Amino acid sequence: MIDILHNINLVANILILVFLLCIGVSVVRARNLLVASVLLGIFSILMATEYLVLAAPDVAITEASVGAGISTVLLLLGIFLVGEKEKRVKGRKLLPFIMVVSIAAMLVYASGGLPVFGSGSSPAQSGVASYYTKNSVIETGVPNVVTAVLASYRGYDTFGETLVIFTAGIAVLMLLGKFGKNKNKT
Amino acid sequence: MQEIVVLRVVVRLLLPFILMYALYILFHGEVSPGGGFQAGVIFAAGFIAYSLVNDLASLQKILPHFVVRIINALGVLIYAGVGVTTMFMGGRFLGFSAFRVLPADGQKLGIMLVEVGIGMVVFSVIMLVFYSFGERSGDDS
Repeated sequence: MIDILHNINLVANILILVFLLCIGVSVVRARNLLVASVLLGIFSILMATEYLVLAAPDVAITEASVGAGISTVLLLLGIFLVGEKEKRVKGRKLLPFIMVVSIAAMLVYASGGLPVFGSGSSPAQSGVASYYTKNSVIETGVPNVVTAVLASYRGYDTFGETLVIFTAGIAVLMLLGKFGKNKNKT
Repeated sequence: MQEIVVLRVVVRLLLPFILMYALYILFHGEVSPGGGFQAGVIFAAGFIAYSLVNDLASLQKILPHFVVRIINALGVLIYAGVGVTTMFMGGRFLGFSAFRVLPADGQKLGIMLVEVGIGMVVFSVIMLVFYSFGERSGDDS
């Protein structure tokens, strides 16, 4: 019998992954798009919990707020524009199913080659990461190592990210906004 | 849209806490999990909740379209401005140690300013996407 207190991480992981699988299948099988968008919000909350179990709270906050909050609202706005019934897909479904299952099987097989979770000798930890964890509090004075790496050591990359978000906003404005010629069209 | 009293009251009660929590995540992001991206999203979520309960038009009275565009550009300007300022003060681009005598204090100031810039950009982009969708349909969902 599994000793639950010592393996609570494993139990939590298995539970959350089973739920994610069920929700994923029901999103695909839902006929009503409103139901599907609410289920996607639930999926995002479960992913946020999984990130917490994997000890990544910054990512969990972002996933919960973006996935379960903003994404659901934007999906609902889109559904309000196009209507909530999903069109039935005509045609053969066997070939796409086989393709998806084979790609999923390849991914599961490839994930066996990943380093052990949290191991100190994985490639992500043996480069410059040990320097960051040792020296970030001393050099930057900021206790949160993630923020220090994001905003100070890798500030240039974060600048690029901000520019990408800015450009995405401009692109949405150009495609959907009402300026110039479009000013009076609905 | 039919008015649902419970929603209106709850959103009206929760809205200041949502916005204050977003600011808390922004400024406390140096000590606890959080930072600019999360704060911008939660700040926008507060305004979107307000708009879902009242009209899109009443949100646009509080937060006009051009104000959101200005905040958008201002966020990028703050980030790049911090970088250029450190160059003027003798350091490298985005080298925050040039701000103060002790390098650690300069880093803290630089990180805080940069997170404010990131938060502004994320908040305004989410509001812009929401406005673009909302104006298209003629009213919100």
